[in-house]
Amino acid sequence: MKPPVRLSELPKGAPAVVDRVHDAHAADPIAQRLRDLGFVDGEPVRVVAVGPMGGDPVLIQIGYTRFALRRAEAARVSVRSEVAA
Amino acid sequence: MSASTLRIALVGNPNCGKTALFNQLTGGRQKVANYAGVTVERKEGRFTAPSGRVLQILDLPGTYSFEANSPDEQITRDVCAGNYPGEAAPDLIICVADATNLRLHLRFVLEVKRLGRPVVLALNMMDTARQRGIVIDVPELQRRLGLPVVETIAVKRGGAKALIERVDGEVPTAAPAQPDDAASRADLHAQVRDILAATVAMPRATAELDDALDRWALHPVFGLLILAVVMFVVFQAVYSIGKPMTDAIGDGFGWMGVHVATLLPAGPLQSLVTDGLFGGLGTVLGFLPEILVLFLFILTLEESGYLPRAAFLLDRLMLSVGLTGRSFIPLLSSFACAIPGIMGTRSIQDPRDRLATILIAPLMTCSARLPVYALLIGAFIPIRHVFGVFNLQGIVLFSLYLAGILGAMAVGWVMKRIRGDKSEHALLMELPSYRMPKLRDVAIGLYERGGIFLKRLTGVILGLTVLMWFLSTFPSAPEGATLPAIDYSFAGYIGRGLQYIFAPIGFNWQISLALIPAFAARETAVAALATVYLVGGEAAGGLGHALAGQISLASALSLLVWFAYAPQCMSTLAVIRRETNSWRNVAISFSYMFGMAYAASFIVYQVARMLT
Repeated sequence: MKPPVRLSELPKGAPAVVDRVHDAHAADPIAQRLRDLGFVDGEPVRVVAVGPMGGDPVLIQIGYTRFALRRAEAARVSVRSEVAA
Repeated sequence: MSASTLRIALVGNPNCGKTALFNQLTGGRQKVANYAGVTVERKEGRFTAPSGRVLQILDLPGTYSFEANSPDEQITRDVCAGNYPGEAAPDLIICVADATNLRLHLRFVLEVKRLGRPVVLALNMMDTARQRGIVIDVPELQRRLGLPVVETIAVKRGGAKALIERVDGEVPTAAPAQPDDAASRADLHAQVRDILAATVAMPRATAELDDALDRWALHPVFGLLILAVVMFVVFQAVYSIGKPMTDAIGDGFGWMGVHVATLLPAGPLQSLVTDGLFGGLGTVLGFLPEILVLFLFILTLEESGYLPRAAFLLDRLMLSVGLTGRSFIPLLSSFACAIPGIMGTRSIQDPRDRLATILIAPLMTCSARLPVYALLIGAFIPIRHVFGVFNLQGIVLFSLYLAGILGAMAVGWVMKRIRGDKSEHALLMELPSYRMPKLRDVAIGLYERGGIFLKRLTGVILGLTVLMWFLSTFPSAPEGATLPAIDYSFAGYIGRGLQYIFAPIGFNWQISLALIPAFAARETAVAALATVYLVGGEAAGGLGHALAGQISLASALSLLVWFAYAPQCMSTLAVIRRETNSWRNVAISFSYMFGMAYAASFIVYQVARMLT
């Protein structure tokens, strides 16, 4: 199994699953919101599109939903490339 | 509470079709206000159930989680929990979930259930779910959730029938309240997965149509092209539908004023009626067509799901000047008129981003500046070709638009540097499925926006217009006066006083005086200049000639730049007051724009004087 990478570095279209969401600082509300939106261990994610300027923001497919995340937000999520068990 | 009234709170994730359901239940019988002290909209409606019981429904702001991140989410949480001051706890909560997006929405349903209040789950958009081949075992879902579940189609007539029947019946018993801590929150996701595995069969995670449309709409090149075309169409419509109606309303009230005036004796009362009252009404109501046309497009784009796509494409650009992708549409609307632009910032949830957008919006070159630009450019800028193809007059006009945009970017950048709160504010924006906008929902939205404008602003703007009329009319000219009447008025005195302030930027007292009525509405500066230069009644060409003879080129350029940045008009300031609920923000807007206009005009005047 490959070590986890950040969601912000995941190439477009590559399937992956969420490892965990890291707090950028203590009591990080953005990290908490990401978890509430479904970025939890084992959840499949995929980068669907990237913004026209500097590839920011990125569009993430998670569950049945698409979320636009800025790179700084996506960098809080670590993902692994294996398929969920 | 009377025994027959049932208080219902409507909650759900953003994009669950909650507002469409609310419209379906209550029709036009809605009251829109603000929660006290904040600028979050409070929408309430009522309807009478078949049993004769009156149902009072509160449409709470869409929320992903009770771990609230913004003022509107806090309100939803507090009202549901019965903790919001001045708001009675709901007797029943209707939780709305999109049947095509249950992975996300069921988690919130479980959060609502843990409050320990009676809850009914409305499984909305069942029509779309069926089309997409999604199969939901409703009885099993109901059993596992321990909540009554009804299917709804908010956008179809009669689509809420089952919900009304259920709500009209016995109030379901509440599940026991459960504590809210980190461990149990994490556990909610596991519960959702179990429930989904047992009750929902989903052939595809996304709608094929969404995938196909987004391939174009979000494409780095075609996406931006599509956005440009959409915006072009919106602006064409504003100018070709809204503008003529605005002009017609202004002319109509002018005509009515003149005719009513014939019934009155000449004198101050007649002048008050024609110039103050009817002129003012013409100005205020004249805003309405442009506002409605703009909002027709904004609401349609919002309902269709395209707006978040536009925000996605432009977020990086807007972020670099301290804004967010969501600021784009309000700012763009401000090119027609800052008033709908500022009202449109309600779609920005984050208070800091919203305020930044509101403060910048008046710098966009609105349509009311055009008559002033046209007059001054026509009078002072020669028609000359530059590089063989470009017209110098056109280049100046373009530069003024550009000056507004660059000025706004600079202000945004400076605000980002100087504000105390440097914390990271997230984008975290859901891109919902594309949907065909429904006429009823757009119509109700338009009716509300128009109502807000008329109810909350007409009084203020009309009052200020009459005040401006008073200043320009009294005291009246003495017998045998040779100068125009406005010279003897308070405005005349103020203008003469202001010239000392404005002399360094090249304004004589006549221009300073014209700036006073321009504060009511920019385009009146032309009429005011015409009055003081004794060419009233003549065509604008005549005024242009008069100006060219009396004002230097440097002064004219300085005045153009002044109009690009100056704190005008007062209607805009009134909207800022209404939308931010704060005089402080009005003071900030006024002073920064005044300072910016003064500095820019000073530089232009002094440089131009040296060169000419």
